[in-house]
Amino acid sequence: MKFTASVEVSLLAGIANPEAATIEHSLPLLGITTVSDVQVGRLFRFVVDAHDAEAALETARSLADRLLANPVMERAEVAVGPWRDASR
Amino acid sequence: MSPLGWTQAVRVAVVVFPGTNCEHDTVLALTELGADADLVRHTEGSLDGYDAVVLPGGFAHGDYLRPGAIARFSPVMESVRRAATQGKPVLGICNGFQILTEARLLPGALMANGGGRFLCEMVECEITSTSSSITSGASLGQVLRLPINHFEGRFTCAPTALKDMEASGRVLLRYRSNPNGSLSSIAAVANETGTVIGLMPHPERASTALMDSTDGRVLLSSFLDSAERRRDMKGASATGITAWP
Repeated sequence: MKFTASVEVSLLAGIANPEAATIEHSLPLLGITTVSDVQVGRLFRFVVDAHDAEAALETARSLADRLLANPVMERAEVAVGPWRDASR
Repeated sequence: MSPLGWTQAVRVAVVVFPGTNCEHDTVLALTELGADADLVRHTEGSLDGYDAVVLPGGFAHGDYLRPGAIARFSPVMESVRRAATQGKPVLGICNGFQILTEARLLPGALMANGGGRFLCEMVECEITSTSSSITSGASLGQVLRLPINHFEGRFTCAPTALKDMEASGRVLLRYRSNPNGSLSSIAAVANETGTVIGLMPHPERASTALMDSTDGRVLLSSFLDSAERRRDMKGASATGITAWP
């Protein structure tokens, strides 16, 4: 069976992110003054072939922990759902 | 006889990943110090014939995902790990440092520079420990002028890891001006045995008078001397890891 997995990688709390800070500092240029706490992360999406959702989640977690996120500075949120053919 | 006085040249593997770009400078700088340095591809399975290993600078695998994140899984990295276990000096310069942290051969991680800019400049670094394979020939407090060239050079690690490293003399160099916002101004660290080193500045680019500084030579010659000492000791005792005083 095919499952759609998503992994959201973000920096651990308390670690400065110059990219997020730069975006936040640019907001007044747009006339926006009501936005704060900008965070920047990454979203990975992929398809997993597995017997069931639990096995798909395990594969996605393993990929997230071993490659997609570095636990020294990042955390990963992993989710698995039913596969939808995006080409249709 | 080499310029450093060895009877037999130290053999150094300089590992090349797709995207590495400092390998020839590194080989040249090591060769001028009398080493026998070879380029070794990332697909290589064994480094047994070498006395020391250098992971040079560049953008291994395009730095995609995170610098070093993909290089870490290259076949050669198992051999680098084995060389480290055997106590052979292993030096990661810039991108090589990033690869060694991703491979967990060194603590911490290197993040985007605090100022959000790519940095390419000469900086002053102070030797803060001589208990390692690259600083054994330098003196405590000695200031070296070395070039940096990186976007992800901001060293960070858990507070407990920092405390451990500081207590055991594993913070080897500190920036005087901390251009990238590194934790505790860290420019170079060592593992527990002082033999696996991560160094953000480029010693190979400060190795001849033409380059405006020759201060990188003391680091590279210490590295080669350490490799030679280990090789000789290994001949005598064959015990592996060299402990630093």
